Amino acid sequence: MAGTTLLLVGVVLVVLVVFTSSYRVSYLVRDNYKSLNSRIHYYGMFGLLSTGLPVLIIYLLWWLLIPFYFEASVVKDLVNSLGISPDENISLLVGQVETIRDTFLSADLSKKSEVFNHNGKINYEVLASLYDSVNQPFDPETRPLLFQVGYDLWLLEKNANNSFHLVLFLMMAGSVSVYIFVVNPSFKARYYVENIVLGILIAAAGIAIITTLGIVVSMLFETFRFFELHEWKDFFFGYTWAPNFHGDSEMSILPLLFGTVYISIFALLVAVPVGLFSAIYLAEYASSYTRSIAKPMLEVLAGIPTIVYGLFALITFGPFLRDFFGDGGAFGVNWMSDARSVATAGTVMGMMLIPFVSSLSDDIINAVPQSLRDGSYGLGATKSETIRLVIIPAALPGIVGAILLAASRAIGETMIVVLGAGAIAKFSGNPLEAMTTITTRIVSQLTGDGDFNSPETLVAFALGLSLFLITLFLNVIALYVVRKYREQYD
Amino acid sequence: MKINKTSLSSVSSLSQKRNAAEKRFRLYGLIGISIGLLMLLILIGTILSKGLTAFQQTFITLEIELIEAKLDKNGNRDLANIKKVTTFGYTPLIKKSFEVLISKENLETDLSSKNASKILSKSAASELRNFVLKDLNVIGQTVSFEFLTNSWIDGYLKGRVTRDTIKNSKNVSPEQLDLVDQLVELGIIKKKFNLGFLLGSDASDMRPEAAGFGVSMVGSFYMMLVVLILSLPIGVAASIYLEEFAPRNWITDVIEVNISNLAAVPSIVFGILGLAVFINFMHLPQSAPFVGGMVLTLMTLPTIIISTRASLKSVPPSIRDAALGVGASRMQTVFHHVLPLAAPGILTGTIIGLAQALGETAPLLLIGMIGYIATNMPTGIIEGLASPNSAMPAQIYEWAKRSDPAFYERAWGGIIILLVFLITMNTVAVILRRRFERRW
Repeated sequence: MAGTTLLLVGVVLVVLVVFTSSYRVSYLVRDNYKSLNSRIHYYGMFGLLSTGLPVLIIYLLWWLLIPFYFEASVVKDLVNSLGISPDENISLLVGQVETIRDTFLSADLSKKSEVFNHNGKINYEVLASLYDSVNQPFDPETRPLLFQVGYDLWLLEKNANNSFHLVLFLMMAGSVSVYIFVVNPSFKARYYVENIVLGILIAAAGIAIITTLGIVVSMLFETFRFFELHEWKDFFFGYTWAPNFHGDSEMSILPLLFGTVYISIFALLVAVPVGLFSAIYLAEYASSYTRSIAKPMLEVLAGIPTIVYGLFALITFGPFLRDFFGDGGAFGVNWMSDARSVATAGTVMGMMLIPFVSSLSDDIINAVPQSLRDGSYGLGATKSETIRLVIIPAALPGIVGAILLAASRAIGETMIVVLGAGAIAKFSGNPLEAMTTITTRIVSQLTGDGDFNSPETLVAFALGLSLFLITLFLNVIALYVVRKYREQYD
Repeated sequence: MKINKTSLSSVSSLSQKRNAAEKRFRLYGLIGISIGLLMLLILIGTILSKGLTAFQQTFITLEIELIEAKLDKNGNRDLANIKKVTTFGYTPLIKKSFEVLISKENLETDLSSKNASKILSKSAASELRNFVLKDLNVIGQTVSFEFLTNSWIDGYLKGRVTRDTIKNSKNVSPEQLDLVDQLVELGIIKKKFNLGFLLGSDASDMRPEAAGFGVSMVGSFYMMLVVLILSLPIGVAASIYLEEFAPRNWITDVIEVNISNLAAVPSIVFGILGLAVFINFMHLPQSAPFVGGMVLTLMTLPTIIISTRASLKSVPPSIRDAALGVGASRMQTVFHHVLPLAAPGILTGTIIGLAQALGETAPLLLIGMIGYIATNMPTGIIEGLASPNSAMPAQIYEWAKRSDPAFYERAWGGIIILLVFLITMNTVAVILRRRFERRW
């Protein structure tokens, strides 16, 4: 706790320096403002940035990296002090030690010192009451050494935290005192402030890169762990998806990919004709009044959260389809046993994708220069002939780009398929059967109480990485095509 | 050689064909857009017709005699002692009040008072107990108390449950419905506005009538707070750098391609990232709104960056030239002149990004925002950010999974609330744009 207090004192110091520095500089120059290098508030700003910012950065880094370091040190501790046998699960022990650490962390201070007797033996009564005080279940069967290691870890972390806070305080105090002696009216405060701000801006732009790197690295890391436990040949070239939490699972991406692609194609079959014809109508036929009403209304479809579509598929559209194709349905055929099917999810997803196709295509058709239309009309073509033979071919690359973007959206869509597509992985051409997709399996493998070291859970990361790469590929092509096309007429 | 003799004033067959094709093509377009609009109408119609009933709930008003001998044997109003009486101690009181009611109003029913009292919600006894524990003075008095009925009776009054659909049901019998009919006529059973749905928390599988949306609304609110606080400054800073300062080289190209790709990455991938980095690696708590907020921030950033860059770009260069001309530094030019002029556009983009994040479900499922059910409103900001909670879309998903029509009704009702938020946000964005956006 002492460390935190020091830190607070430091922060107060920094704030004080900001207020006093401006005053100090203005005092130094008195009425002679011409000798100032920068406007006065830049001196204060420099005070804030130069003393506060490094501390903030170091504090954040500490907060981000400390779990990393301690996890490594726990493992070392465990291996060295316990002499564990190779068949023991290290990560399980690490988890136990961390729970013990957390218990010590949240327990009452006075009880902690009494847990261990003078000779280092554990006082179980005190320990049990300590667990009780923080509402943790106490398991007396736990190895005594684990308590020792957990306690040591807690102590180590506490000491490290305290000394870290002390260092931070010294840093702040140091920079404050240096600042007070360095700053004078001729100090180039604005120059430095602007450079620091530029640095902050660059760092913010870097977050986008860091996110992408984070996605790739974290998923690659877990995917490698998955392939250590599971045959990669089965994942890429197997035929069955049958995860089994008792081990010995067959997990292949192929049936999932089949379901994903099938549902996406079904959705595109709904969305592309409707979207494209809407776009043509809006761009070429509709009056500006109709257009100003119909276009935003269509775009509402894109703004509705996907959970709404999912619910619509599950509760309304699926049973509606089953009333026609199911047992005792209006068509007298028994083709559909479940409300959830490729057709259910596909149609509803198609609804969602209509504005993606129509809006982008509409923009692209509008970007086709008027001279092309005029030339076509001048040769005697009707409006529809102009559209079919001149405008669509001219706009084709852009439209393809729009469709690819919609496809990438369909492949990555989660909630509609989770609720509307079902959970059965199989190769089947019947659109009225339930089928499953990559995204539904990611959700189901990661939302259970799975252990993060079992291949059945880790497979989700491999699936996620595959999904990321597939959509990335589609996006890159689509963006490239759209961009290249747009440049032609600008 | 045959000469095609046609008059100029009559239409040739080829022209007729072409004109017909023209009309057909136009019709296709019309059909396309009608299908799109029809789907929107169907969707909205479904939502309204299925969800609006969730805002009403069936209540029954009973006269309950809070018998002192049963609730407070010692008669000294000692809270600890009265607390020892569990909900089972309150059930007979409710049964008794039914007996009184049936004889007083001369109701025709063969039901025992025990079976009659089953039309109440399973939480009735605990509601009564909480009421008594709050105010011990009521013990010994007869109070009129409003109970929730169970979800089948509620469904019966709303037309969701009919006598046909309950033929094989163990949960509700035709005799109970007969009783309900009589009580409705007497005005003892009534539908009223459902405040509990707007303010309450989720309830267990067996009590859909008590499930509320309020706590998950608060969860969503805290998440949006985190998204706003993180993504607005970071997004604006990144856009300013890319638009105003970045030299054109391969590094900025990479960043730009990266951002436009991130905007199209499936949201579930951000959920996996959040699970791997925030929860498994950094050991942040599961199901906490601030973790959800951070995941949604990463997802929203590209949207905000793209729209912010567009609005920075729309500020004409002459503004910059003028500022630079009177001696401002580049940084001053941007922060004193360009940024304020771009602010309406930035705000609009931010609101739209937030609206997107508000409706996002998939990433929340992965970081565990459905696993826990928060039963109480968080009491402060820290608890609101860090204690396990759900969010609006995740709560809707949870109800959708429970395959019970009564929960479906709640899910649709939740969707109406969610859509009201989204429509409000988007309207604000449109108004901001119309009101403040400048055309140069």
